[in-house]
Amino acid sequence: MGDGRTLLRDLPRLALLSLLGLIILSPYIWMLSASLKPTDEIFRANLALIPERFAAVENYSRVFAQVPVGRYLLNGVIVCGGILFFQLLFAIPAGYALAKLRFPGREWVFGAVMLGLLVPPHVPALPLYAGLAALGMLNTYAALIIPSTISVFGIFLFRQFFRSLPDDLIHAARLDGMSEGAIVWRVALPNAWPAATAFAIFSVVAHWNDLFWPLIVVTGTEYATPALGVLHFHTEEAGDDFAALMAACAIMTAPLILAFLVAQRRFVEGIATTGLKG
Amino acid sequence: MTFQTNSPGLSVEGARLSLGGTPILRDVSLEVARGEFVALLGPSGCGKTSLMRVIAGIQTADAGVVRIGGREVTGLHPARRDVAMVFQSYALYPHLTVAQNIAVPLTMRRLSAAQRLPWLGGLLPGSRAAGAAIAADVAGIAEPLGLAHLLARKPGQLSGGQRQRVALARAVIREPGAFLLDEPLSNLDAALRVTTRREIVEIHRRVGAATLYVTHDQSEALTMADRVAVMQAGSILQIATPEEIYREPVDLRVASFIGSPRINLLDAEIGEDGVVRVSGTATVLHSHARGHVTLAIRPEDWVMGAEGPEARVEHTEFLGDHALVHLRLGGGAVTLRAGPGALPHAGEMLRLGFDPARALIFGPDGRRIAAHRREAACA
Amino acid sequence: MPDASLALRARSPTRRSEALGAWLLTLPAALSFALLLLLPTLAAIALAFTDYELGLIPVWIGLENFRELLADRGFRRSFFNTIIYVGLVAPLSVGLGLALALLIEAGARGRVFFRAVFFLPVVSLTVAMAAAWQYLLHPTIGPVNTLLRLIGVTGPAWLSSSDTVLISLAAIGVWENAGFNMVLFMAGLTAIPRELREAACVDGAHSGWSRFWLVTWPLLGPTTLFVVTITMIRSIRVFDTVAVLTRGGPNKASEVLLYTMYTEGFTFMRLGYSAAITLVFLVIVLALMWVQTRVLDRRVHYG
Repeated sequence: MGDGRTLLRDLPRLALLSLLGLIILSPYIWMLSASLKPTDEIFRANLALIPERFAAVENYSRVFAQVPVGRYLLNGVIVCGGILFFQLLFAIPAGYALAKLRFPGREWVFGAVMLGLLVPPHVPALPLYAGLAALGMLNTYAALIIPSTISVFGIFLFRQFFRSLPDDLIHAARLDGMSEGAIVWRVALPNAWPAATAFAIFSVVAHWNDLFWPLIVVTGTEYATPALGVLHFHTEEAGDDFAALMAACAIMTAPLILAFLVAQRRFVEGIATTGLKG
Repeated sequence: MTFQTNSPGLSVEGARLSLGGTPILRDVSLEVARGEFVALLGPSGCGKTSLMRVIAGIQTADAGVVRIGGREVTGLHPARRDVAMVFQSYALYPHLTVAQNIAVPLTMRRLSAAQRLPWLGGLLPGSRAAGAAIAADVAGIAEPLGLAHLLARKPGQLSGGQRQRVALARAVIREPGAFLLDEPLSNLDAALRVTTRREIVEIHRRVGAATLYVTHDQSEALTMADRVAVMQAGSILQIATPEEIYREPVDLRVASFIGSPRINLLDAEIGEDGVVRVSGTATVLHSHARGHVTLAIRPEDWVMGAEGPEARVEHTEFLGDHALVHLRLGGGAVTLRAGPGALPHAGEMLRLGFDPARALIFGPDGRRIAAHRREAACA
Repeated sequence: MPDASLALRARSPTRRSEALGAWLLTLPAALSFALLLLLPTLAAIALAFTDYELGLIPVWIGLENFRELLADRGFRRSFFNTIIYVGLVAPLSVGLGLALALLIEAGARGRVFFRAVFFLPVVSLTVAMAAAWQYLLHPTIGPVNTLLRLIGVTGPAWLSSSDTVLISLAAIGVWENAGFNMVLFMAGLTAIPRELREAACVDGAHSGWSRFWLVTWPLLGPTTLFVVTITMIRSIRVFDTVAVLTRGGPNKASEVLLYTMYTEGFTFMRLGYSAAITLVFLVIVLALMWVQTRVLDRRVHYG
């Protein structure tokens, strides 16, 4: 009945899962395989996964020569890190205030948060672009980071989490003479670690992957994020140097995958429980 | 009440189960005759629920044979075992009405998969007639259980006691060969438990199946069962009628587990003369065994003031129709159940005698040792 | 409602200082909300009714943009393509996600391993994987067509033929979303009490199928509803694959709402027109959420 099934009876299920798994993994397998082959082998179009001639070194070094890989990855880290930093900076106090403090207008603020959850990020994009253009701030880290610093989802998540914190904890801190601000960072946040990690993972994955906004506000390579960098390289290559393209894709997608494999459970929990916001 | 031991009921032989290296069932054997009510009694973690699940077929044992209704069912899917079970959490289908919940065992067996389809199934030939027959059966079982007016409700709208009765109805409607109940009363409040106990015994009598009832509550086991199987740490220590379990436990663990307040355990010595001595004082008991033993006496079997060792009263608890007197005897604590009337005061010294016919002796291995009253010394 | 301020309620000055503290804490979020979310959204809605182009002064033109949208064959194509895309991706990725979740939860072996395998697309760089798919689906050198050639079938030009481009993009969309849905379903499955499944066994549900229909499917109701809505909202936002692989082509065969909005706004610089498309997009998303919370929610939850 599900528990203690013998390996023999489990085989059909495992076989089916393996088959589906292979299909799901096929892009990765072929991408990696192509990145290791010399271009002429790729164009030979056989189903060989292992290259006859190992061209890994040439392909990858071509990528590093033509594509500012380090730059893109660095930009990715700066942008995602910056966004996360400000998101937490704004959302945690606001979530705490909404959860634990009484003040006039609290219901309105929470209502605004709920409304904000309904609006997809693509809606404010145009005016934000126009505004940034008017301020001459296009093509900067600021342009990439600032619009995403407000995360209504973060506020919502932390509010829900802080609500379950025992009030006595807060009372004790107040008696000890802590200001509300100190309470937020010294008392509330350390107890909200699961919510914070879940949110951090969700935010980083979403923004590392984002193509839409960087495509709008950034031109050129200096401030391009990994997603944009791949798009640039792809446009340039336009079907000639497949090997290098596949190598570039492998490099750009590796960081998140490695992080995922290391902290798998955290990732799955983070994305599943925050799956409210697609 | 005696039952023919070879009448088809349910039986388990040599059940063994280990999970993750920990033994859960150690070579357990048990037999329940048709129409018999056996309580499987033990503390949490003793393996009683696991044994029940093995019998039901929900859990596969590592070894052992299960027979239900005379035929061997080991390895068979639960649905084919002719067994019905009431789960501790009732396990009612929250999306079905009470009537549909009770009907599930019948719809699963009498209707084909096609007939069970949501709308289309009702259009198939024979569905109407089968459905009507099932509805009649449901009404028939709901009436005596007081569920007739609740048939259209969903489990979420019922009280705990009502849900329990729905679970009972669902189990009983098929007239199963074996009837398994897993701590069905544990989620009810005290008053409801007492009334529902009687109802369950009543249902058992009407169903007439072999009933196995798992519980950790002694009073349930002793009041409801024809026989009680006391289980601890994966083994059945003793299976006997409630009276026998109480009066003649074969193991120290059984004696300690049954009875509230707990039986008094005293270190005793049997010298070469066969006399049982407690704290040096001789008692009226003789035994063939020698050496260190445990003398076990129930609180109600002490006699105050009679010949016996001396004990110091520490405090008394007045409980209306009786009282509990706590004393210190030798190095250990002892509890005595006294009737209403004058009670000793704290600090008093008291002689404690006991009814030798009721006293129990257990050896160092926990097994019961025979003892008898010393014959009056003849001059 | 948990409220740490109850004890302080009686005394007014402390209450005032608490309110002040609360406002200070909320201020950064409130400011950024107003500047970065509220105002731009309102501006976008307003712009939809103007003929704004970057650098020029917007003029109010009422519903003119929307009349043009209705008449624009390109936009109509985009709209219907998006609906077809969502109509393919949502049921298939939800179904596949459910199937994967059931398969994995059915046994104890390989749970962590397979969960990682199927979840990989969710954490992979979409743009990069789109390029990998382009190689896979390449008409001449791609492994898919090579495989088909081995069995004697000539595979189409998946991404460059207007007949197959939408289906190919939808397949990639299913690939992207299945793992995400699988994880959501796995959470829903573990929430089903084990005793309920066991009761179904004892009651006569022999096969996995009958157990599924009796217990699993009904109790997954809320989860399924949630997953379907989430997937529809996620898939309606399709952009990356179109931007990388097809740019809306060939001949608008793969043009989708967000990509049209992007090109109108940032290639043709017709921000007013693009805002109108954004408004249409917003209305659709709101409608989807409304349907979830109002109409179906009632039927799915048990009293």
